[in-house]
This record gives sequence, structure tokens and C-alpha cells, in this order.
Amino acid sequence: MEILPILSTLRRHKITAFLVVIEIALTCAIVCNAVFIINQRLQRMDMDSGVDEHRLLHIQVADIGAVSDQKSRTLTDLAALRQIPGVSEVASVAQVPFGNSSSNTGIKLDPKQKLSTLNATMYSGENMVPTFGMQLVAGRDLQSDDYKDFDDVVRGAAAKDAKALPHVVLITQGMANRLWPGQQALGKQFYLLDYPMTVVGVVKELVRPSIWDDSTKSYSMIFPMRMARGEYVIRTKTPEDRDRVLAAAVAKLKEINQHRVVLKKHTFDDMRHDFFQNDRAMAGLLIGVCVALLIVTALGIVGLGSFWVAQRRRQIGVRRALGATRSNILHYFQTENFLLATIGIAVGMVLAYGINLLLMVHYELPRLPGIYFPVGAVSLWIIGQLAVLGPAMRAAAVPPVVATRSV
Amino acid sequence: MFTYYLDLAMRSLRRNTMLTALMVLAIALGIGASMTTLTVLHVLSGDPLPGASGTLFYPRIDPRDMDAYEEGKDPPYQVTWIDGMNMLHAKRADRQALMTGGSVPVQPAQSSVDPFYSDARYTSSDFFPMFRVPFLYGRPWSVEEDDAKARVVVISRKLNEKLFGGKDSTGQTLRMKDTAFRVIGVLDEWRPNPHFYDIDTGRYAASEDVFVPLTTSRDIRLEHDGSTDCWGTGGGDEDHAETQPCVWLQFWVQLDSAAKVAAYKEYLVHYSQEQHDLGRFMRAPNVQLPGLMEWLDINKVVPGDVRLQTWLAFGFLLVCLVNTIGLMLAKFLRRAGELGVRRALGASKREVFMQLLIESGVIGLAGGLGGLLLAFAGLWLVRRQPSDYASLAHLDLAMLLTTFVLAIGSTLLAGLLPAWRACQITPALQLKSQ
Repeated sequence: MEILPILSTLRRHKITAFLVVIEIALTCAIVCNAVFIINQRLQRMDMDSGVDEHRLLHIQVADIGAVSDQKSRTLTDLAALRQIPGVSEVASVAQVPFGNSSSNTGIKLDPKQKLSTLNATMYSGENMVPTFGMQLVAGRDLQSDDYKDFDDVVRGAAAKDAKALPHVVLITQGMANRLWPGQQALGKQFYLLDYPMTVVGVVKELVRPSIWDDSTKSYSMIFPMRMARGEYVIRTKTPEDRDRVLAAAVAKLKEINQHRVVLKKHTFDDMRHDFFQNDRAMAGLLIGVCVALLIVTALGIVGLGSFWVAQRRRQIGVRRALGATRSNILHYFQTENFLLATIGIAVGMVLAYGINLLLMVHYELPRLPGIYFPVGAVSLWIIGQLAVLGPAMRAAAVPPVVATRSV
Repeated sequence: MFTYYLDLAMRSLRRNTMLTALMVLAIALGIGASMTTLTVLHVLSGDPLPGASGTLFYPRIDPRDMDAYEEGKDPPYQVTWIDGMNMLHAKRADRQALMTGGSVPVQPAQSSVDPFYSDARYTSSDFFPMFRVPFLYGRPWSVEEDDAKARVVVISRKLNEKLFGGKDSTGQTLRMKDTAFRVIGVLDEWRPNPHFYDIDTGRYAASEDVFVPLTTSRDIRLEHDGSTDCWGTGGGDEDHAETQPCVWLQFWVQLDSAAKVAAYKEYLVHYSQEQHDLGRFMRAPNVQLPGLMEWLDINKVVPGDVRLQTWLAFGFLLVCLVNTIGLMLAKFLRRAGELGVRRALGASKREVFMQLLIESGVIGLAGGLGGLLLAFAGLWLVRRQPSDYASLAHLDLAMLLTTFVLAIGSTLLAGLLPAWRACQITPALQLKSQ
């Protein structure tokens, strides 16, 4: 296939050729970055929470009037919930993954340190590891003599009484790696306010209730504190039991005390769904825009291709009369499109990289991985070839006799 | 002449429906996408209190200890109880209000309605005149009632409809957390957007349903919502919230002139110095006095995703326009013969140019109409999303006008090059080849 004649023809259609190149370049740049963002969001939505989500339920109840004996009420609630058929574990907790509201604190490796080493979420509640189905990778779970009542801890903290506070803690693998890279975390200490905490166990993963920054998503600690705030997590024996158990549990809690309100009741699958709703919406929107962009670009190529074919009918006729076959004509237009697309893609790659740099600065996005460039290029080549096929076939169908007619 | 060109444009557009449809579709898609995202951005970055926002300021002081001290860092986002109360009682501004969010258990008198939790705002009396809160019935509470920890409540129109069937409920009793409150006011529709006075309890949240004096809320220990940031020995213990070294309240002032703003800033420095000398503040005075709109900027209230979407949509519009330029060029050049005849018959380049521009204007108008329909559809989709700002996404008159200005303007711009190119046709050459 001769490329030089194509180039010299294109030189006479500078503006239109330039427009096709620009369109392909812009599309390439936008689509590469958009697909990258879509991938990021999909990965985020797939985030490992470290808990057995398909079997977990979350219920939060609140009392209407003032209550005095929350502790014994909680024990009653827990006992009643455990009785429901299909329930395997229950826990009264302070916060849950994907719960959005969270309680966090800065911790230090050295009490004299001025700035905290890192900020982590404080989970607390009895029986959390088995209820959430967390995986213990080192050390032991919290034991009953580790536990303190939350109210005593608050009072103790106010009175600066170290004895009233918990002194052992479970942390996640991610947090352990950050605090003591390459070392065994078991038995190590860190400081919360001025109080030392000893790590007695490490769980594989436990995501924070509200994720501010994906890189710190697993900075979670579990403290041995008994909670009595009306926030319960239930683990069912099978995922199929969930809906029935949730209904039964809510009914049970209302039955025990009618003077309270159910603030939240949902499965963890729903919580995950709600937590990532903005990411899902963004990914959906980006997919829509990418599809629309590719369609518009393809239609643009079809439109201009048709125009060129119509304009060159006579030339095509002459070439056919001089012995060019139909496939010669077809290939001519296909090669022409391939050339334009290639220039467009090359410009588009540079543009994509530039846009990515801007996004890195303003939206804290990571660098665009190299794989996007070849994939983007191949997709645009294919789309260009498909779009030009129609006009090119029409061109190939021009009979040689056209050459003899005046238009 | 204009109508004649318009007629010509219509004829020409009808002649090649496929190409015309492609151009209109491209413009409509681009405009539809841009207007959808632009409307969302416009709604989200709006002024919550037009006319009043310029006089509202958010004083910031730094009461923390020297732990984690870094020079030049911003003061905390909220104030402590002690500082809030000191500044409130100093009355150095034209108006001032101290507040925090919360949620209260409401116990309806009628047994047919189950008890429920309502979002509440615990604040001081100036809140209502300062933020121009409209009243349907009754009145806000007074400074005296603030001081007396009065059991009074102002409720939203929505709650009034739910509990009292929309009737004037002032003087009625409302039970919350086993305490009887006297309803003294019912608000009219009020939804400042963004939820500027407390960004922490929802950037675009609806305003609360229950308003209770701040002092009363502490007196009967109503539950406080929103962030509490502590340092030193502060543990956020609810029972000692008044004395804990924690910031958990928002403090707003109204300052009616630039001189008062400067004076207030001086007061804040002076106050910080005084507290430092008393040994309460450890850090050197570090004060800021951002205005309302500035405060929204500092907090990056508009979600990053929304900005990103807007950029993306304009990128999309750009591609659509480049596409349209290409198609228009093809279309205009194809009519070289016709244009040649017109030129030969005496039409000036200028007239041909005008004629072609009008044609692109018509395409722009049609694209704008299509884009408007798509924008309505797009906004409908946005409203179906679960974000807290979703329900706000509506097209207003300004955005409606913008749609057409953007559609016609950008299409005319796109038409410039093809029209200019078509004007360059030499009439003689065209006539010869006919």
C-alpha cells in the first residue's frame, strides 16, 4: 500500500484531517483517564473489609427517655438475640465497618513524641472477633479478664486512673506493618494519650468505619471494652437466614423494651452498597460518558469519511478505470484512517499523560499505568476502522464508468 | 435579510437530514452533559444566604496546648464551650450565635405516632435573626430564655405538619427525652444550601427539625452530634463537655461593616492573648475571621467528584464541537457550487459568511433544545442518586439561559472556521466545473 499518495492527498485537506486528528486525540486522552478512574472506583468498591459481610447484620436502637441500667439491659438484649434461631454470634459494639461515623485517635510509639505516629480507629465491644468473623493471624483474641466497662473507662480517664483503662489491644496487620515494618508486632507497645497499650493479637484486616484516605483504611484497633449503647452486630449461621433473623431481632428488641426506637437495621451487604454509592454513581457516569464519546467520535469519522468519498467520486472512478481493484480503493480509505488515527493517538497519549498529571495534583489520583496506552491505542484503531468501513465500502463500489462522466 | 438567510438555512438543513441530525445530536449530547454537571456544580457552590452572607463571619481561635504544635497551622474548626460562651457573652459583634448539632427523641402526644428521633440544633437566640430564618408562626426565643435554660422549642414546618397537622402550634407542649417543652415558634420552609453553619453534620443536609436553646440542651443532656476534637486529657466525656479541652461548637457572628470586621479580629487577638496570660491557651494568638463564602471554600464543601465531572463534561463538549466543526466544514464545502453561484450573482463574502453562520446558529439552537431535554433527563438521573445533594439538582432560570447561550455560542464559534473556509471559494472556478 502506498502511503505517500495518501499523505499528499491529506495535505490538500489539511483542516478536515486536522479535525479528525484532534477529535481522536481528545477522545483518547479523556477515555484513557476516565477508564483509569472507573477502574480505581471499582477496585475501591471491592475493598476487603476483613469481616464476614454476607452473614452480618447491624441493628442500632436508642431509648426515648433517660435510662439508668443500660448495662443489664444490654445483657438482656444480647441473651435474647442469641436465642433467635439461625444466630451464631452477637456483640454489642461502639462502631462498625462502613458505618460512616467513627471515633478515632492519634497514637504514639514514644510518650514524649510531639506528633502522633498515626491516627487509627478505636473499635470496642466484647466478642467482636468471632462475631465479625475476623481472621486472627498472630497472638490471641481478647479474653474476659482483659475487658473493662466503657463507663468505668471514661470515668477512669477523667480521673487519670490508669488502672481503670484497658491495657491490651488487637490491631490489624496493616497497622502493625506501618508501626513496626518487618518486625513481629506481638508484645509491642504504643501510647494512647499517655497510657501504654500492649498488642496481644493481630487480625488480618478490619476496615475503618469511614475511610478518609484509602492508604490508611486498615488502621484499626480493637479495645477490650464492654459497650452498652444499643448498637448490636449479629452473625447468622448462613447468608439465607439474614432477612428472617433481622426481622426477628428487631421484633425481639422492641418486645423487650417498647420505649425505644430502632435507628438502624441493615445487612452488611446493604451497608457496603450504601457506603460506596458515590463511587458507583461516579463509575456509572464515567462509563456513560466514555461510551458517548466513542460513539460521537465514530459518527464524526463516518460523517467526514462519507464527505470525502462523495468529494472524490471522480478520482476514485479514474483510479478504477486505470486498473485499481475494489480492494485497492477499500484499503486506501482504511490506510488513510489508520494514519490519521495513529497521529491522533500519539497526540492523545501526550494529552492523556498531561491530564493525568493535572488530576494527580488536584484530585490526588495515582499515575496512569502504562497499560492504558496500548489498550487505548488499539481500541481507537479498531473504532476508527469500523467507522470508516461504511464510507470505504461505498467508495469501493464506485464504478469505473464514473470517470467518463462529468459530475 | 435575516429571515431570508434563516429560510436558506432551514432548506439546506432539510436537504441533508443525516448530516444535520448528526451535528444536532453531537451538540445536544455535549450540551446535555455539560449542563447537567454545571447545574449540579452551580447548585452546590451557591450562596446559602444571598444578601446576608457578606455580613456573616466564622471566628477561629486556637485554644490548644503545645502538643503537636506547628507554627502557622490553622486554628481548630470549632470552639470550646468556655470560649464560645465567653465570646457570646462579650457581645462584641452585631449579632452572635453559639451552636451545635444533635438528635432528640420526640415523644408525640398522640399514641398513633411512634416516638422517633429528630435532628436538632442547640443554639442561642441570635441564630434566627442572624441567619434570616423565616417564621410561619410564633417567635424565636429571647436572650432571657437562653439564660434561664427555658424549656422552649422552635420546630420546622415539616415537623409541625407531622405532629400538629400544620396548625399554629405555638403554646402546645412537645415532649422530648421525657421533658415537656413549650412550642414557641414554627419555621417556614428553610433550607440554606449548603448547610453552611455546621458542615460537619452534612454538607448539604436539610436544616434541622427541632431548635432548642443551647443552655437547655446541656441542662437535660440532650445528645450532641457532630465531631468533637480533644487534646491533652480531653476524652469527649459527655458529662463534662463544658470543661473538657475539646472543641465541639460552632460560633458565628454578624458584622455589618468593614470597620467592625477589623475591630472584631483585633478583639479575637486580644481575647487569645488574655487567655494565654491566664494560662488557658498555650499557643501564641492564632486567629482567623473568614467570611461565610470563604469558610465554605476552606472546607472544600463542593465534592471533588462534582468538579471532576464538570471538567469531564466540558471535555466531552469540546469533542462534540470539534466533531461538529468537521461535519459543518464537510457540509459547507459540499455546497461550493451553490455558494459559487451566489457569489457570482453578487453576494459579498460577508453575506455568504453571515448566511452560513446563521445556519450554524440554527444547528446550535436545535442542539440546545435537544441538550436541554438531555439535561432534564440527566438531572432526573442525578436526583435519583442517594447523595445528600441529589434532591437539590434542579435547573433554574439562570441555568436555562446558560444552556442556550452555551449551545448557540459554541456552535457559532464552531461555525466560524467552516464558514470562513467556504467564503474563500472562487466563484469562477465553481461555475466552470458545473
